[in-house]
Amino acid sequence: MDEKAQEKVSEKPVQEKSIEKLVVSSSPHFLRDENIPKIMHTVVLALLPAMAASVYFFGLRAIGLIVISVAACLMTEYIVQKIREKPVTIWDGSAIITGILLALTLPPSFPYYGAALGSVFAIGIGKQLFGGIGYNIFNPALLGRAFLQATYPVLITTWSEPLSKAAKAGVDAVTAATPLALMKFEGKMTSHLDLFFGNVAGSMGETSAIAILIGGLYLRYRGYINWKMPLGYLGSMAFFGGVFWLINPAKYPDPLFHILAGGAMLGAWFMVTDMVTSPVTPLGQWIFAVGAGFLAILIRLFGGLPEGVMYSILLMNAFVPLLNKHTRPKFFGEDIKA
Amino acid sequence: MADNNQNLWHEFKKGLWQDIPPFRLVLGTCPTLAVTNSVINGIAMGLATLFVLLCSNITVSAVRKIVPGQVRIAAYVVIIAMYVTVADMYLAAEYPPISKALGPYVPLIVVNCIILGRAEAFAQKNPIVPSIMDALGMGIGFTMSLTVMGIIRELFGFGSILDIKLLGSWFEPWIVMILPGGAFLVFGFLVALVNYISRKKAETVCH
Repeated sequence: MDEKAQEKVSEKPVQEKSIEKLVVSSSPHFLRDENIPKIMHTVVLALLPAMAASVYFFGLRAIGLIVISVAACLMTEYIVQKIREKPVTIWDGSAIITGILLALTLPPSFPYYGAALGSVFAIGIGKQLFGGIGYNIFNPALLGRAFLQATYPVLITTWSEPLSKAAKAGVDAVTAATPLALMKFEGKMTSHLDLFFGNVAGSMGETSAIAILIGGLYLRYRGYINWKMPLGYLGSMAFFGGVFWLINPAKYPDPLFHILAGGAMLGAWFMVTDMVTSPVTPLGQWIFAVGAGFLAILIRLFGGLPEGVMYSILLMNAFVPLLNKHTRPKFFGEDIKA
Repeated sequence: MADNNQNLWHEFKKGLWQDIPPFRLVLGTCPTLAVTNSVINGIAMGLATLFVLLCSNITVSAVRKIVPGQVRIAAYVVIIAMYVTVADMYLAAEYPPISKALGPYVPLIVVNCIILGRAEAFAQKNPIVPSIMDALGMGIGFTMSLTVMGIIRELFGFGSILDIKLLGSWFEPWIVMILPGGAFLVFGFLVALVNYISRKKAETVCH
């Protein structure tokens, strides 16, 4: 948003209308009436297709998990802000997004108390402990999920088939491996079409690439996310994944599989682009997104886990202050060897 | 005499709260983080450290006038290493399971900075009796800290304390608590808690 606003500022000063309308004011020159609630509620809107897809593929339990996560996030935010004697800002929407994103990255069969625990960790430790919105180093939703991954390693890797496939088998639920696990541990590939629409086992909000893409493109259209981030992340995953694919097509999956499977889409559009935990400079943003994509491929192909999107983004989050410091654009004439 | 007693009491008491090693001085964090995944490990590690600390403080204090200043650190390390070997062998002989669980962390007491720190900061400048009180206070404070860490981590990580199941089958253990990550989380919260309480105390004293 900041960058967008600045762009507008640099274009506007030439007054296109009458000179009487010239307003002289000091910086900052915000021309758009943006604020945190407005942005956050737009992001919630953009997440609606992914949420709808999760309900369509995994049933009403998906709604339950989302509601529990959001409620736990809001309550944690409220309680911590009361304890810290800070103004209560639970309706600015940021905690709602954390809750939704966390729920979308969980397996559909994940217990409700686990989702609540992850939400408390995400907001309490991932966000408020660092000072609240704008101060957190790591993406709170991903931190909550990383905590759950370490806390309930079995539950969080118990996946189930989408309802349509379970119904075909004549039962209520079938446990199944995700496409990434199938690829990694059994060498089996999943069809791109299934991955694109989301009719596969996986985290409930991550399976449907098309639903996430709709939301992501809407955010891009509204100008809330920087195109460098998703492009850099997905592009880097496709590139590095493609390099290994070209080396050994029998062993490694193709680039398209990489960007459609697992959490790549959700991560690229909604987590890499997090305004708080990503760099502010253009070069820093490129390094951040490309580096995270590279790490994700490394973890997927050579790490112990089938999926690396979560850790790739968290790892690069840690580098953001460094990137911001060292990729700051120079002013004209600045620093010619003092 | 009363004054003297009070001083001794002070030397003892400071290790229990005011200078409690892991939480206030942030010394000896390596064993604090590494071996506290169960209560029994925490207690064993604390007692082993207490033993080494006590013996080394006494010895360092006894020889403080004959050790040349230039080689004192080397001399202390030899003294500490001797007692660590005793503790290590004793544990291995009497409590093999605990010795196995603690692994390399018993020999590593040699480089525990509490022990070298107390030798350098206290025992080499003070007579034997205050050094004993200092070692007891610090050692008990350290044991307490490790036990508290162990209680929290074992309770959440296994649902038990000292292998007695406290939380029923409804409780799904938090595996993270027995992993290094859980150690850092619990440690951070305890440091914060200790700081919070001391700050509150200081405020009430001021007003």
